[in-house]
Amino acid sequence: MEIRIGGFGGQGIIRTGLILATASCVYGDKNAIQTASYGPESRGGRCRSEVIISDEDIDFPKVEHPDILVAMSEEAYLQYVDDLKENGILIVDPDLVPNQRENLEVRMYEVPATKIAEGLGKKIVANVVMIGAFAAITNLLGVEDLKESIRRNVPKAFMKLNLTAFEKGYEYGKSLLKS
Amino acid sequence: MTVHREVLTGKHLMQGDVACAEGAIAAGCRFFAGYPITPATEIAERMARRMIEVDGMFVQMEDELASMAAIIGASWAGAKAMTATSGPGFSLMQENIGLAVMTETPCVVVNIMRGAPSTGQPTEGAQQDVMQSKWGSHGDYEIIALAPASVQEMFDLTIECFNFAETYRAPTFLLADGFTGHLWERVVIPPPEEIKTVERKKPVVPPDKYLPFKPDEDLVPPMACFGEGYSVHVTGLTHDELGYPKTTDPKIQRELVNRLCQKIRKNSDRIIRTYEFMLEDAEVAVVAYGIPSRSSLSAVKMARKAGIKAGLLRLITVWPFPEKKVEELSNNVKAIVVPEMNCGQVVREVERVAKETPVHFLSKIGGEPHSPSEIFEVIRRAAKT
Amino acid sequence: MTVIQEFEKHPLAKYLRLERFPHIWCEGCGDGIILNCFVKALDDLGVNMDKLVVVSGIGCMGRVAGYIKCDSFHTTHGRPIALATGIKLANPKLTIAVISGDGDLFAIGGNHFIHAARRNVDMTVICSNNFNYGMTGGQVGPTTPLNSYTTTTPYGNIEHPFNLVHLTAAAGAVYVARWTALHVKRLTESIKKALQKKGFKFIEVISPCPEIYGRRNKLGKSIDIMKRYRQISEIRHGYDPAKAEITREKIIVGEFIDIEKPTYGELLQKQFLKIQKKMIGG
Ligand SMILES: Cc1ncc(C[n+]2csc(CCOP(=O)(O)OP(=O)(O)O)c2C)c(N)n1
Ligand code: SF4
Ligand SMILES: [Mg+2]
Repeated sequence: MEIRIGGFGGQGIIRTGLILATASCVYGDKNAIQTASYGPESRGGRCRSEVIISDEDIDFPKVEHPDILVAMSEEAYLQYVDDLKENGILIVDPDLVPNQRENLEVRMYEVPATKIAEGLGKKIVANVVMIGAFAAITNLLGVEDLKESIRRNVPKAFMKLNLTAFEKGYEYGKSLLKS
Repeated sequence: MTVHREVLTGKHLMQGDVACAEGAIAAGCRFFAGYPITPATEIAERMARRMIEVDGMFVQMEDELASMAAIIGASWAGAKAMTATSGPGFSLMQENIGLAVMTETPCVVVNIMRGAPSTGQPTEGAQQDVMQSKWGSHGDYEIIALAPASVQEMFDLTIECFNFAETYRAPTFLLADGFTGHLWERVVIPPPEEIKTVERKKPVVPPDKYLPFKPDEDLVPPMACFGEGYSVHVTGLTHDELGYPKTTDPKIQRELVNRLCQKIRKNSDRIIRTYEFMLEDAEVAVVAYGIPSRSSLSAVKMARKAGIKAGLLRLITVWPFPEKKVEELSNNVKAIVVPEMNCGQVVREVERVAKETPVHFLSKIGGEPHSPSEIFEVIRRAAKT
Repeated sequence: MTVIQEFEKHPLAKYLRLERFPHIWCEGCGDGIILNCFVKALDDLGVNMDKLVVVSGIGCMGRVAGYIKCDSFHTTHGRPIALATGIKLANPKLTIAVISGDGDLFAIGGNHFIHAARRNVDMTVICSNNFNYGMTGGQVGPTTPLNSYTTTTPYGNIEHPFNLVHLTAAAGAVYVARWTALHVKRLTESIKKALQKKGFKFIEVISPCPEIYGRRNKLGKSIDIMKRYRQISEIRHGYDPAKAEITREKIIVGEFIDIEKPTYGELLQKQFLKIQKKMIGG
């Protein structure tokens, strides 16, 4: 399973990839790989994380045609949406991607992660809201594995907030599946 | 569970550079000197945090000339020592890499290769320093260089580098591409008692009987370190078994330089490590190392599915070059494919030993590793000829 | 009696690798005097020779490492201080002395020098300043006086020389002194002081190179050069090193700097204890 997460620096894009990968290969029993690319600026610039999750050994460690795209900026959306596999899963934050394309052959889910995070008082946890939604929508990773992974990957002081963000995202994702 | 400060036993998602640092610590490295450079900086940063925890020493030097000099000094003071850099810094280290060769100083140099020449592509991976590793310093010498292809190997092979360095008293290189250095992947770190480490051979005679550069049968002299009471003199000049300069006696120069080469050549069977995949009946063999070897593995599987008898020889040891292996292989296959992230370096060695067997070279520079389909295409063409 | 047998009777002979004598230095070269003073200082202090490491670079003075009977490293040109830093930091129990030439320490090795001084790594650095590159036949170096003749300044030197004591003081050394090779007693005392002090210590020794620099600049015989250096030198302890430039008329010598400052090793040890305590505490 190939996953690409795109956005800009400071959104925790790479951390998101690392949380997914840790959940799969440290707490779960799958193999995983994370690669990242970012522009010269560590903040505000373009930023991309790619994760491959597999039951088998991962030979070629690069994502060519993702099964899942998480777009957290319009630039990332436009740049990567055509790479997505036919019938792939597309998760977007609609507030960050106001202009979306039509007639895409994909399964589309809109998760207002930034808004939900703002509701929790910290915009910075939008990525973890996204992880929650991702978990519900894709059913790819164990919820407990993900929570463990979040605990390992976020500062202690923000652990509770991040776990709440995960729950909120998870609920939102579930609600999308029902409708 | 007991937590070891030295060996982080357990399952981790780790970056290649960090795994290299942890491998070094697990191997017993207690001295690191370096100078920041992308994409190797994370190794220095990790060492800066970790060395103090394991009672080791980290120092950021003023440049790579100094870093290389400092690890030689540290090694003679008894520490297992390492530095890490990328192309531009590796070039600066060449002078003292020669000094380490000549003075038979065990030490590990990590080169996380990036796009070059010159400042090139700091954040992009490459395999452009393979020949420099072999021939970069002046004079004739043999070198040991290992090429990891996964984060696990960044850990495992760094340990191996230390073991080779200590066994053969030679600078040993971990030659990784920037892609592997920055890759995040699972690493399983075993408990300390399962990690094999090697300590340098010490003299068994008293100081007045000790000849610091007189080799044992394995061509490696036992090493007394500074402060141990042996009054060792170390010099980069051509020297006799006492370590004293003898710069105009042709016999001494011949014997010394030959021994420095032979101690690695003669032991090459012990140093060379390769990985083979479906070579038994292969008609087309891919010879690869580092990250392209993973694309190659996919490509070989694709070829097999397409009914082409392809196989892979992955070089884990790049220097000394596994000539016997490649020669044998060339006798058994119709064609060899060599993908590299450079304009043709290891392929020259392959061509040299493959003789009549056609060798197809697949260059890829710019940063992206070869995709499996690119390599598959060449396998397909090679199979037809 | 052979040369070696004669040497063996000398009270300081036990500090030397007699089998390596006669040394390579020309007659009347200051480098032999520096070696003498250094060895005398070791003897006076009763230095544990098993814990002393002498490190040198490449050059006439650089050969000194091979003559002293202790652990010694004759490194690449310009790198002795970087290498010595590695030795000292990996084994803080060792006493380190770097003895080398002006070109080695301040041209090709200048960067390593100032950074080791800045870090205050615990080592004693002795520079034989003979105003040129002796070993390679007398080329211009970083201390060659203006208008002097060398093989690469055949029309006279147009580069301004370094004032080494000023440079070293500015870089942060805790002890800075300058003597001429004729100040045998004072130089020996200075070396003793430096060896006992912690931190980065520097002693410049104005050293005659009669064979090459002296000849080319018509300075006369070694003894004449030494006499001249001695004549024009003036002892001024505590003098401002910035004003201690060497001129044809005057060489200010003495101890310019003698201060206390925590060394790299001491600060590291402090940090180490703090971190260890934190780790044990939880
Ligand atoms: C990298 C390098 N460049 C050049 C040389 C040649 N070389 C040997 S000694 C020396 C200069 C030595 O001058 P100095 O340090 O003043 O020592 P002296 O001989 O005057 O005591 C040079 C340029 C070398 N050995 N290595
Ligand atoms: S060349 Fe000059 S510095 Fe070198 S040994 Fe002779 S006199 Fe001394
Ligand atoms: Mg000189």
